[in-house]
Amino acid sequence: MEPGLYHLLAIGAILFFTGIYGFFTRRNLITMLMSIELMLNSVNLNFIAFNKYLWPGSLDGTFFTVFVIAIAAAEAAVALAIIINLFRSHNSINVEVAEEMRH
Amino acid sequence: MSGSTIMFYLLGLMTIVSALLSVTSRQIFRSAIYLLFALIGIAGIYFWLDYQFIAAVQIVVYVGGIAVLIIFSIFLTQQSGEELPAVAGGRALFSALAALAGLALVMSLMLRYSFVSVAGGEAATVAQIGEKMLDVNGYALPFELVSMLLLAAMIGCIVIAMTNKTEPE
Repeated sequence: MEPGLYHLLAIGAILFFTGIYGFFTRRNLITMLMSIELMLNSVNLNFIAFNKYLWPGSLDGTFFTVFVIAIAAAEAAVALAIIINLFRSHNSINVEVAEEMRH
Repeated sequence: MSGSTIMFYLLGLMTIVSALLSVTSRQIFRSAIYLLFALIGIAGIYFWLDYQFIAAVQIVVYVGGIAVLIIFSIFLTQQSGEELPAVAGGRALFSALAALAGLALVMSLMLRYSFVSVAGGEAATVAQIGEKMLDVNGYALPFELVSMLLLAAMIGCIVIAMTNKTEPE
């Protein structure tokens, strides 16, 4: 079968729910961040697939993907800075420890 | 089956298998490496779709930036050879059920809607993307906003990760 829009959307959906599963089961902040990156990637894949197959003349999907990638990079950098700071003060990066951050 | 079709299925399989291994591996470093392969697989799919610019951005930012950042944080926070605690059976079961239910819902909605593919259309060149990005009627405002956000995130990271060398008396 010739791959088309539905195949790409299926890959995107499977990636997204893989990320959801990881986010639910993991208790380590770095692995949870990795699950979030998987979800963001599946969204990017959907943007590109729709751009390619439904609006091939426009650039909107491309730009949304570029901006999502930029924001994901900023988010990952801030999150990892917070995680390393948490590790310095609590010697652990489990989410159970992170609830003390509000004090 | 043409070579292009086989290539697509190989890339899709590599992406999905690496993503699944990445969220289930008990060793966090392996988990990060599997994530790296999933990101490379997605970049390959972008190449397959003729979106070279996005594929290059994906490789530079995700594979070269975020994955390396994650690996370095693992080095800074994790004891080597230490395995992550096993997921409790009930939680794994219910998480898998929730994910599968969501997947079934999305797939059924997707298959019920018939998208009409538009044929043709050349993939945009980098020159077109650059002109549109700096065009006032295009994406100049979001571009500037994202650059401000990146600057703010950079300063925020420095402030958060900075250690206080001079303790107050």
